[in-house]
Amino acid sequence: MMGEIGLYHYIFLSFIIFSIGMFGVLVRRNAIVMLMSLELMLNGANLAFVAYSRFRGDEAGHIMAFFVMALAAAEAAVGLALVIAVFKHLKTLRVDRMTTLKG
Amino acid sequence: MEIKEFLAIPWIVFLPAIGFLITGFFGKKLGDRVSGYIATGAVFGAFGVALYCYWYLLNEPNAETVYAYKLYTFLGTGFLNIDIAFYFDRLSAVMALVVTGVSSFIHLYSTGYMHGDRSFSRYFSHLNMFVFFMLLLVLGKNLLVMFVGWEGVGLCSYLLIGFWYEDMEKAVAGKKAFIVNRIGDFGFLLAIFLLLMYNHGSLDFNSLEAWAASGATPVLNQTNMTVICLLLFVGACGKSAQIPLYVWLPDAMAGPTPVSALIHAATMVTAGVYMVARLSFLYVHAPIAMAVVAGVGALTALFAATIGLTQRDIKKVLAYSTVSQLGYMFLAVGTGAYAAGVFHLTTHAFFKACLFLGAGSVIHAMHGQQDIFKMGGLGKKMRITQLTFLISTLAISGVPPLSGFFSKDEILTMAFLSETAFPGLYKVFWLMAVVGAFITAFYMMRVYWLTFHGERRMGEAAWAKVHESPFSMTIALMVLALAATVAGPLGLPGEANIFHHWLEPVVGAYTTTVAHASHAVHYGLIGLSIVVAGCGLLAAWTIYRKGPEGPAAKLAAAAGPVHKLLLDKYYIDELYNLIIVRPLIGLARFCHRVIDAVFIDLLAVNGSAFAVRAAGVLPRLYHNGNVQRYMFAIVVGVVCLWIVL
Repeated sequence: MMGEIGLYHYIFLSFIIFSIGMFGVLVRRNAIVMLMSLELMLNGANLAFVAYSRFRGDEAGHIMAFFVMALAAAEAAVGLALVIAVFKHLKTLRVDRMTTLKG
Repeated sequence: MEIKEFLAIPWIVFLPAIGFLITGFFGKKLGDRVSGYIATGAVFGAFGVALYCYWYLLNEPNAETVYAYKLYTFLGTGFLNIDIAFYFDRLSAVMALVVTGVSSFIHLYSTGYMHGDRSFSRYFSHLNMFVFFMLLLVLGKNLLVMFVGWEGVGLCSYLLIGFWYEDMEKAVAGKKAFIVNRIGDFGFLLAIFLLLMYNHGSLDFNSLEAWAASGATPVLNQTNMTVICLLLFVGACGKSAQIPLYVWLPDAMAGPTPVSALIHAATMVTAGVYMVARLSFLYVHAPIAMAVVAGVGALTALFAATIGLTQRDIKKVLAYSTVSQLGYMFLAVGTGAYAAGVFHLTTHAFFKACLFLGAGSVIHAMHGQQDIFKMGGLGKKMRITQLTFLISTLAISGVPPLSGFFSKDEILTMAFLSETAFPGLYKVFWLMAVVGAFITAFYMMRVYWLTFHGERRMGEAAWAKVHESPFSMTIALMVLALAATVAGPLGLPGEANIFHHWLEPVVGAYTTTVAHASHAVHYGLIGLSIVVAGCGLLAAWTIYRKGPEGPAAKLAAAAGPVHKLLLDKYYIDELYNLIIVRPLIGLARFCHRVIDAVFIDLLAVNGSAFAVRAAGVLPRLYHNGNVQRYMFAIVVGVVCLWIVL
């Protein structure tokens, strides 16, 4: 039975995307995959913003979504630059090897 | 009193400072000859400027006129007001002339004596620095400038005693001089603090004099004055090598001989006498302190002279002689006869510098030999040195008409006749000084005879190398011997005393009055001086005519333990070692091994480091550098917060 697609469906999807992203960040060892997972988390959050905004008839959520997009772009640029720098230095992208600061 | 600003005065001080800077920084580049010329020229220049200032002062119609020049205000707070300023009155004029004059000729002498030394330019830069600080001491308008000079000459003395620092013994002698001087300086500094407090933040001599004369302040009672004067005298004791702080001066002979002549005979060691004379306006209010000064002076005069009797090192004899003569100066200023003290200071600067330079000339010829028992007969090859040494010997012994006779006789007369607070006590001091005069004549004749006459007691090879010193050295000897000869009549006894009149405006008001005595007493005292000097000289000649063997050796054997006691300098160094140096070293060792090693190093430094490290044991497990672990912690934290909220 196909019911009306409501707010809860969006939120549920957003939650799943966010959780997959978080799971990826926590579990995967490859820095690039971690960055991709972060993007998933950000987009999950974005989806929640837009859904609430749409259903409440409030524009604030849309604006917030734009901010998050800008932030995600910046984060990707900086993050990938860091990844390249780290790779040049350590010849690996496994974050469990990046323990130079360990006391 | 009228104070005139006189622009030339600072240049007396600046010229040696410029010489010091040039020879100090560029000495190696300029080479030995040029450095020597610059240093000597700088001091001769200062001498010239001092003469110029003196000439103007001499022609002032008003005897009360003094010259001063203020460079800048050093401290100008509400309470403290201290200028960097120079003062050229009749007393500092005498001192400036003596310092620059004697320094000039000793610089000239040094160009010959130090020829070929590895550190020639360093020597001259230190010597110039010394003259600079000495002039600062002498020309300072307040106690602070004086104190800066006072410390500065101490530093230069240290540097020059330890000039050949590769030799451990010489380095140790320099250190000893510095430390003993510091003890004295501490007293001086305390006195300055007291004066600063009582005189409302000013150390200017004129202001101090007005303060002392006013007597209005309640603090100006005799006890305070006595304390201040005694503390000042502690400083003088250190610098001028009086009992109990004289021990550094004989050791200071480790320095080059011209340094001994300049610093440890003619100028620096007389700074204490100058200081007491300069502050006569304070001492006049403290008769007890005066008696202490005179007593210590008389005791030192006698005590050091007896040690001088037996020493074999020509410079050691002269060193003890200097200590003894400084004692006479303190006897004079302690009696309140400031002019007599400063006069003896002046004549002593001439003849003692001449004696030291003569000794240097002998040592130069003997290639470092300083033992008079291994000399003898040197007069044949060193006529000029012998003659100038003889003149100075007779001068210091007090043979008329040489300068030492007039100055020493004046001190003895003043000690005998002055109307002091403790007349009986001063008679005792006088007696000690007379005995000291006899011993002085004795040991000086002994040194002279053993060095220049009698049979030769050195090897043929050494004798073959003996030669008269170069002209640059003998010229200094001749000039100083001439000065020692002709300076006497400046201080003729009685009304004709030019020197006395010259210093009248400065110290006249504070000079102790002389008891009226008949001509017979005066002539008797003069006669006694001459007889004492003559007996001393004659006795020494009789005993040492045949060299150190013969009657001299018999006498020494007969004296037995006394001779040994004198030879070992009363064991004063050993005593100080036992009661002061050893306990201090023990304390230092305790501080090092217990306080420093255990408390500071182990407990404080290593202990705190250990504590920090121990505190980090648990957190360190957690901070493992793994990004994902951190992130997991963040997630857990967020979840916890979410549950709580």
